[in-house]
Amino acid sequence: MTSPVITVEHGVVGYDGRPVLRDISLTVTAGEVAAILGANGSGKSTLIRSVLGLVPISAGSVTLFDRPLRRFRQWARIGYVPQRLGAGGGVPATVREVVASGRLARRGVLRPPGRADRSAVDDALRAVGLADRAGDPVSTLSGGQQQRTLIARALAGQPELLVLDEPTAGVDAASQEAFAGALRDFVAGGGTVLLVAHELGPLRPVISRAVVVHEGRIAHDGAVPDPAGHHAEPDHDHVHPHCYDEPAGLWSN
Amino acid sequence: MELFQYPYMQRALIGALVIGLAAPALGIYLVQRRLALIGDGVGHVALTGVGAGLLLNRSPVLVAVIVATIGAIAIEIVRARGRTSGDLALALLFYGGIAGGVLLVGLSDATSANLNAYLFGSLTTISPADLTTIAVLGAAILVTMIALRPALFAVSHDEEYARVSGLPVRTLNLLIAVATAVTVTIAMRAVGVLLISALMVVPVATAQQVTRGFRSTMAAAMALGLFAAGSGVWVAATADTAPGASVVLVAIASFLVVAVAGAAWRVVRRRATPTAAAAPEPHEVVLS
Repeated sequence: MTSPVITVEHGVVGYDGRPVLRDISLTVTAGEVAAILGANGSGKSTLIRSVLGLVPISAGSVTLFDRPLRRFRQWARIGYVPQRLGAGGGVPATVREVVASGRLARRGVLRPPGRADRSAVDDALRAVGLADRAGDPVSTLSGGQQQRTLIARALAGQPELLVLDEPTAGVDAASQEAFAGALRDFVAGGGTVLLVAHELGPLRPVISRAVVVHEGRIAHDGAVPDPAGHHAEPDHDHVHPHCYDEPAGLWSN
Repeated sequence: MELFQYPYMQRALIGALVIGLAAPALGIYLVQRRLALIGDGVGHVALTGVGAGLLLNRSPVLVAVIVATIGAIAIEIVRARGRTSGDLALALLFYGGIAGGVLLVGLSDATSANLNAYLFGSLTTISPADLTTIAVLGAAILVTMIALRPALFAVSHDEEYARVSGLPVRTLNLLIAVATAVTVTIAMRAVGVLLISALMVVPVATAQQVTRGFRSTMAAAMALGLFAAGSGVWVAATADTAPGASVVLVAIASFLVVAVAGAAWRVVRRRATPTAAAAPEPHEVVLS
């Protein structure tokens, strides 16, 4: 189980000529739980967005499951959890409807959902502890519950690799615990995880490797570093708004 | 009621019902992606098509479908690029569209009454051939919007996630753009280019006040669109008012009724069950 799942070689990313990532090389192998750590603006979100092809790299290469990103088509093998749920223009959607979107990668656009799809959605809702909220509009959920909805959406596709962007930022303690449990189950089932985090909290025991990004380069790659200063205090709650590295889109959600 | 014995009134009613059903089925995706007014813009562009059709002595509806489709695709390309200058490009397209339409209609032999028919709708002049076009295209829109609901929902709800799911995001976005153009052009005969957005958006706005999920919102919006179209045409026939405006005013009246009733119901429920209020979220930071 040491085949590479993600390989980035000499990756460079810039926005409008301003470099965000300079010469990043990183390999994540099957079964690893890798956390990308770093300060705000260090480029850690950009790193995972470029791995997924959401941000183009200007030099270097990205390989997913032994295939160059450009020719990668097996998206059902990847479950992506963005930082937050878009507001979606105000049209209500139930938790189940959002989670069911996670099946599309596996099912395709034209096939209607079948029994396997429904049971996968049920399992994912149970895994994050939201089975009793399935019929509620997502807008009535707390921030942490909305984050768990997004994790359930990724799990519903039964992926081999989970990519999570700040899954615990601004999330209440109960949701963090539920999330750590879901992640442990996923890893125990043979899954690989790449996540961006600001502080690890209850996730710390699950993480097998830490990659610290500083000013667009990898500053540390290996054991999880001990938290320092006030970050180390158990009830330190570290919350930041994160929109700094996305160019504002016209009418984007 | 005797009015509905005349074939032209029957055609008006059927045409309005088809559009009342199809417009909100598409409109819900536009509302979800915060493009509620895009129908208006495409309507402006469609008017150039009408003018070109009248000038060239071709079917104005057919030419308008083509021109509006080109316009909608152009708008989608501008939107996808996400440039800040995009709204200026859209403004050029909208005003160019309506100015071009007025100019071309003026150059043709058509009268200002013809122009009015497209600006504000002219249900009672729908020909049997027009009705066939409306029914076929309306049914195509309806089937597409319902059959592709999971994928269109995913793309409209979270475009980046849809891309990482490997969905054909660009194709689905273009599909919505083309469907908007087609819906605008067939609805043009019913409510006119200046009132089209109302039929796409108002039933959705009404439905989402009381619904909990996307699917139920879509069903309720379609039912409301059908109701507004049917009763609007009936009001127009009995009170001799403009059909397009009547349909839109019925839709807006439904919105107000539901908004007031919903607010009243929430007040009543809160008084009846004072303890049933949702528990507050746990504090993220406790100040001592």
